[in-house]
Amino acid sequence: MTNVGGIRLTQLTKTYSSPEGPVHAVRGIDVAIAAGETVALLGPNGAGKSTTIDMLLGLQRPDAGTVAVFGRAPADAVAAGAVGAMLQTGELIRDLDVRELVAMVASLYPAPLDVEETLDLCGIREIAGRRTQKLSGGQTQRVRFAIALVSDPELLVLDEPTVAMDVEGRRGFWATMRAFAARGKTVLFATHYLEEADAYADRVVLMAHGRIVADGPPTEIKGLVGSRTIRATLPDAQLDALEALPGVTGAERRGEAVVLVCADSDAAIRALLAAYPQAVDIEIAGAGLEQAFLQLTGDAQEALT
Amino acid sequence: MSALGSREPRRGGGSAGGMNATYLRFELLRTLRNRRFLFLSLGFPLVYYLLVASATRHQRNLGGTGLSGPLYYMVGLVAFGGMSAMLSGGARIAAERQVGWHRQVRITPLPPRAYLRAKIVTGYVLASLSIVLLYVAGAAMGVSLPAGRWLAMTWLILIGLIPFAAAGILIGHLLSVEAIGPALGVGVALLAFLGGTWFPLPAHGVLHVVGQLLPSYWLVQASHVALGGSPWGTRGWITVAVWSIVLARLARRAFARDTARV
Repeated sequence: MTNVGGIRLTQLTKTYSSPEGPVHAVRGIDVAIAAGETVALLGPNGAGKSTTIDMLLGLQRPDAGTVAVFGRAPADAVAAGAVGAMLQTGELIRDLDVRELVAMVASLYPAPLDVEETLDLCGIREIAGRRTQKLSGGQTQRVRFAIALVSDPELLVLDEPTVAMDVEGRRGFWATMRAFAARGKTVLFATHYLEEADAYADRVVLMAHGRIVADGPPTEIKGLVGSRTIRATLPDAQLDALEALPGVTGAERRGEAVVLVCADSDAAIRALLAAYPQAVDIEIAGAGLEQAFLQLTGDAQEALT
Repeated sequence: MSALGSREPRRGGGSAGGMNATYLRFELLRTLRNRRFLFLSLGFPLVYYLLVASATRHQRNLGGTGLSGPLYYMVGLVAFGGMSAMLSGGARIAAERQVGWHRQVRITPLPPRAYLRAKIVTGYVLASLSIVLLYVAGAAMGVSLPAGRWLAMTWLILIGLIPFAAAGILIGHLLSVEAIGPALGVGVALLAFLGGTWFPLPAHGVLHVVGQLLPSYWLVQASHVALGGSPWGTRGWITVAVWSIVLARLARRAFARDTARV
């Protein structure tokens, strides 16, 4: 198996039609992932993450642009057994027990992991004899992870993998994922939790409204989206001067009030009160991912289209 | 969960033939484990047959067909059981689609051809169980044919089920789980009626003309093997062939297009 070229998405575009008009799910994105990298695709719901993953796996055909997985079309990489994936939606088929289901999937691949070993890795040995229709949500997720892992793929794709898992389950899940990645495998996981992207990825690709709005190491992305906002009633201040305050990355006016986007809200509030003692009605809020994305994309109107 | 060791992966899949065989084995196992489904789909035709064959046990020329009651209804209910077995494959496909399993299967190296083959083989295994049960019941009710005619009849039935195998895959990829139950109920009842499962159709008139256009009619006609000669004739073969080709094409297309999230 050669991993030449890693993963390459070029000008990838997908639009759906809906009763309310076209939905531009993915709007011409370019991503290159080197073999062996662990990359988080971070974004709020509706950012286009799952559509991107569908196209990466060959489950959906792009309207424009291309996908290359280790230099091959997705269908060819899948046929060669190079790809394992845990899709966002999906339950398990019934009337098999957990071990049988994992063995059934393993049998489809040229060089799978040992089934018993996979059961241990994913912490599902205790439920190996249980029928798939009798599992809890968290157990189902772990079995789905086992199904993705048992193929021993070169590329592992995980779409919002920790949904329905409890804290303990998540910790075990990520530990297994990291051990897998450490063997030189390429991992791409989608999440809307900044903490997961920060803790488990080498690199974070930030997606909003079908576009890539930032791409870099987790610390950089955390600085961008882990921001807070300060809102204050301050009728006669100049935006330029406010933006120049320490800790402030952006400022905008909303009538009588101003909103400051801060990389360091502690420094910013001190500077603000020193320079503008007349400021009243002060609120400091953590910017949610969605709000941070809107600021990064700089176009709130587009979010509504 | 424990850490992954670094070691050589153990070869497990092997040849393409091997991997498809394992997949097929589990697919069959799943189907046969669904006891309620199995009980109903095999039990209903059998019980119905025992009732109606007992009632017509002494009729040597049922409705002018020249066939005995037990023989006519044996094949009629084999047709019903076979159709149901094949079309219920569609319900299983719809259920897999509903839980997103069809997408999971598509990101494995399992070729579409092998996936469809497993579905068709499973349908034939179920249909064969139904055939065997009804043959045994038929023999107990006094049906007696030379071995060659049993074989010829079985052969025609297995061929006559091809359009239903394709139709099962087609509806499985077109209909939702909610829609497929009623669709199967109405569809099978109508096909069985117009095919002559419940009673022989009159030899003339609208029912006869419509019936002859349907694959279920020719399934039931397989019983005429008992009279000697070819029960289908050119018309039967052409009808079955046309349905097979058209439905197989449609099924293939429905399968190919059906990768979206449900």
